[in-house]
Amino acid sequence: MGNSIYLLLSAFVFSAGVALVLTRQNVIAVLIGVELVFNAANINFVYFNALYPERLDGQFFTLVVITIAAAETALALAIILKLYRTYHTTNLDEISNLVEE
Amino acid sequence: MDTGVIHYILAALVVLSVLGILVTRNLLYAAFLLVLTFLGVAGLFVLAQADFVAVTQLMIYIGGVLILLVFGIMLTNRVAGQPILTQLNRTVLGVLFSVALFTSIVYLSQGFHSTEAVVVPHAIQRLGMAILTDYFILFEIVGVVLLVALVGAATIARFKGEGHG
Repeated sequence: MGNSIYLLLSAFVFSAGVALVLTRQNVIAVLIGVELVFNAANINFVYFNALYPERLDGQFFTLVVITIAAAETALALAIILKLYRTYHTTNLDEISNLVEE
Repeated sequence: MDTGVIHYILAALVVLSVLGILVTRNLLYAAFLLVLTFLGVAGLFVLAQADFVAVTQLMIYIGGVLILLVFGIMLTNRVAGQPILTQLNRTVLGVLFSVALFTSIVYLSQGFHSTEAVVVPHAIQRLGMAILTDYFILFEIVGVVLLVALVGAATIARFKGEGHG
């Protein structure tokens, strides 16, 4: 096998996340896709850290990514709630105005 | 016990749950399948000698992010008794693009062979020391970013009276 199972899995999760972001119309489904992309990055970080176990950069950057992902999700959901109150929908194609009508 | 088998079992769990998320249009099913994905990824982290990262993944992703997602789904859908579905568009284009992406990543990442896992003792102790010495600035900055983001989220999401914007 040419590739490590971690790299294959990371590529798969990343592509699935991108597919979710591209094909779904609901904002929360898009957010789930973004979480998958973050996880793919984390798998890569941890895998390459395991190749050089005397260093800890990979694990620390994974912790940073997880923290940023938590902050991002909280902010995104706040914005989604605000959008829902303004537009009464979470369908991305119907949210196209910058100005309230 | 041979850990190779466990690798494959966890990878299969992740792949199957991600495929489920891709196939289903029900948002709640997708959120619950995401639990399985995060669990599988956390298991793989443990097998890659990243125990602390695995526990963090469990606590923050499953305990925090997923709860937030489910709250978001509940708060933005006022229909009771029927499944919460998402519409699709650009399906063919999106799937084609991601398949091409997957193929090219796999092609480009050839040559990285998985080596024999080396168990380094006291990994968590070393990580804790590194966080408070080598990566201290980054650690503090991330903390401040998280605080600012959470305060900003609370500010954006709160109910405002009329006339306050």
